[in-house]
Amino acid sequence: MSPLIELQSTAKTYGSLTALDDITLSLSEDAPSMTAIAGESGSGKTTLARIMLGFIPPSRGRVLYRGKDVVKMTAAERRQFRREVQPVFQDPFDVFNPFYRIDHVLTTPVRRYGLARSDTQARKLIGEALSRVGLRPQDTLGRFPHELSGGQRQRIMVARAVLLKPRLIVADEPVSMVDASLRATILDELRTLNRELDISIAYITHDLTTAFQICDNIMILYRGAVAEAGSVERVIGDPKHPYSRLLVSSIPVPDLSKPWGGEEVHNAEPPGSMPGSGCLFAPRCPHATEICWKERPSKFLPDRHRLAACFLYRDTPVLNEPNIATVFRQR
Amino acid sequence: MTVSAQPIPAAGFAVAAPILVVQALSVHYDTTSGPAKAVNDVSFSLRPGERLGLIGESGSGKTTVATALMRLTRAPGRIVAGSIKLDGREILKMTPRELRETRLREIALIPQGAMSSLNPVMRLEDQIVDAISARMHRMSRTDLKQRVAELLRNVGLDPAVARRYPHELSGGMKQRAVMAIATSLSPKLIVADEPTSALDVVVQRQVMQTLGKLQGGLGAAVILIGHDLGLIAQFADTVGVMYAGKIVESGPVRQMIEAPRHPYTKLLVESLPRIDTKQALIGIPGLPPRLVDMPPGCSFAPRCPYAFDRCKRETTALQAIAPGQRVACHLYPGRTALPPRPPSDTMFKDVAP
Repeated sequence: MSPLIELQSTAKTYGSLTALDDITLSLSEDAPSMTAIAGESGSGKTTLARIMLGFIPPSRGRVLYRGKDVVKMTAAERRQFRREVQPVFQDPFDVFNPFYRIDHVLTTPVRRYGLARSDTQARKLIGEALSRVGLRPQDTLGRFPHELSGGQRQRIMVARAVLLKPRLIVADEPVSMVDASLRATILDELRTLNRELDISIAYITHDLTTAFQICDNIMILYRGAVAEAGSVERVIGDPKHPYSRLLVSSIPVPDLSKPWGGEEVHNAEPPGSMPGSGCLFAPRCPHATEICWKERPSKFLPDRHRLAACFLYRDTPVLNEPNIATVFRQR
Repeated sequence: MTVSAQPIPAAGFAVAAPILVVQALSVHYDTTSGPAKAVNDVSFSLRPGERLGLIGESGSGKTTVATALMRLTRAPGRIVAGSIKLDGREILKMTPRELRETRLREIALIPQGAMSSLNPVMRLEDQIVDAISARMHRMSRTDLKQRVAELLRNVGLDPAVARRYPHELSGGMKQRAVMAIATSLSPKLIVADEPTSALDVVVQRQVMQTLGKLQGGLGAAVILIGHDLGLIAQFADTVGVMYAGKIVESGPVRQMIEAPRHPYTKLLVESLPRIDTKQALIGIPGLPPRLVDMPPGCSFAPRCPYAFDRCKRETTALQAIAPGQRVACHLYPGRTALPPRPPSDTMFKDVAP
């Protein structure tokens, strides 16, 4: 299996603040999958997205895109990387220039990457990309951003990405500002892009429910480090790490036979200062023992398709980091 | 939520006089293209201690209802019709002085985005004291201090945070501090407008548990406004579903989720992704109508798979169809439950609006 994108012990620090701590991640090129990067605010998920997109360089470790270090690419390689790895951002209101018709965000990439030889061809490409995301060109082209709903704007951003025939879409909270009735549709479109066009998708989210629904695999971050990772069925269906358990049990479900976790949450928020060497979750963990305050847990493998960075599983094998892809289930 | 003559057996409330009765409330926003009917002929009532969830998508009018209840509607918005009776007194006819005395003491708002509703240059303590002392002139300094500590403890905060400024608190702490202010004068009705919309899921659960405990302690009624059906289901006793400025269905939360009567409620429930089984993700095709340009007839008809001729001509009104349950839909009263969806699969593949 050759990786499409690979993060090797990647970290990002800002002064004394560690935003992202030693992340290893690998997405397969041969079997394009959907991977969720999940966590609460401050978990480092957006930092991870920006590193994958090449927007910011890592402080430590490397990011390889099809074997090439993203930081050391030649101009031509970088151009290809920029085309093949596309972002979709959270806020469908912020990304548009209100003075330009929405055509602008679609024609710019066509021009920049020379995707079409004539205007007719450009229009055809744009029309196809819009139809891909369920928009009718005649209803959308020529309009200004304020004339479209948040859901429509977000789909235009997906269409813009699709236009470039990317290999990877990094979608950072693409539906968190979209209404429930439209959310399902946009997520379903992302999944269709993955299944039909073989585009790998990194879905950055705080919402475990949608991650479970559309993704194959998930990585749960806590304060910049991996808490648990593996197939969504395992990690969300039967979470092992105490933090993942807390997250899953806190989701309010519209099902009255499943009342919200009975016990009261006392330490809902991370403490301001952190233990230097121990597990980052120890201050909030009901299972913390002496070792948790002293050492950072290795990535243990309680089962084949899941790793958990928690001493509760220290009797299970330890993951050999370069093999991280093996915990992810292939489609 | 119910018309005042109908108690709600399912939620188990003693038949007490309602604490809040809203009748035919309409709020419009004046725009250059005419009035946007943000709240359009909305009626509901609330009993003491009842937890009502008001759910709707953005633009459905739920926040406009909350602001109107507090009589905080500001231009270009205006309350054009209706009545809001709190404990028998008409809020819409109160003098400014009466209003001042009613707010916080009788009805309190926990606004959306607590982050921005605290004064950034005042210590928390001073902000809470501000709220209390404006209405309770005869409290001594020591009593005030004690009251602040008690209020903070009630929301699960260490009384020591009283000395802090808002920027020194996390989002969840700020939200709970706002709750402490809102409940400082033991109101009979708390209106919580998306109190957890910017918070992480674990903090959200904690904040909602805090709200539940506060409410229980005060015996207050709560209106929880939100867009997350899961959250509303876990908190509320009764639910009102808003669509395009109207309540389209109301009733006990269980019936709403397990046997929705209005097609919009049904589609909304179905569009929610589940966390136990993978299923097809189905959105609701189309978009809500523009509030300045409402279609004739039922405002959901253009998106409704059940719509028939009458829906496009005649507006709907809430009608009682089961104990405590009301629905605004022309499918009723001819039947008691929503029939199986008409076979038009193409409708559910998304079509561009």
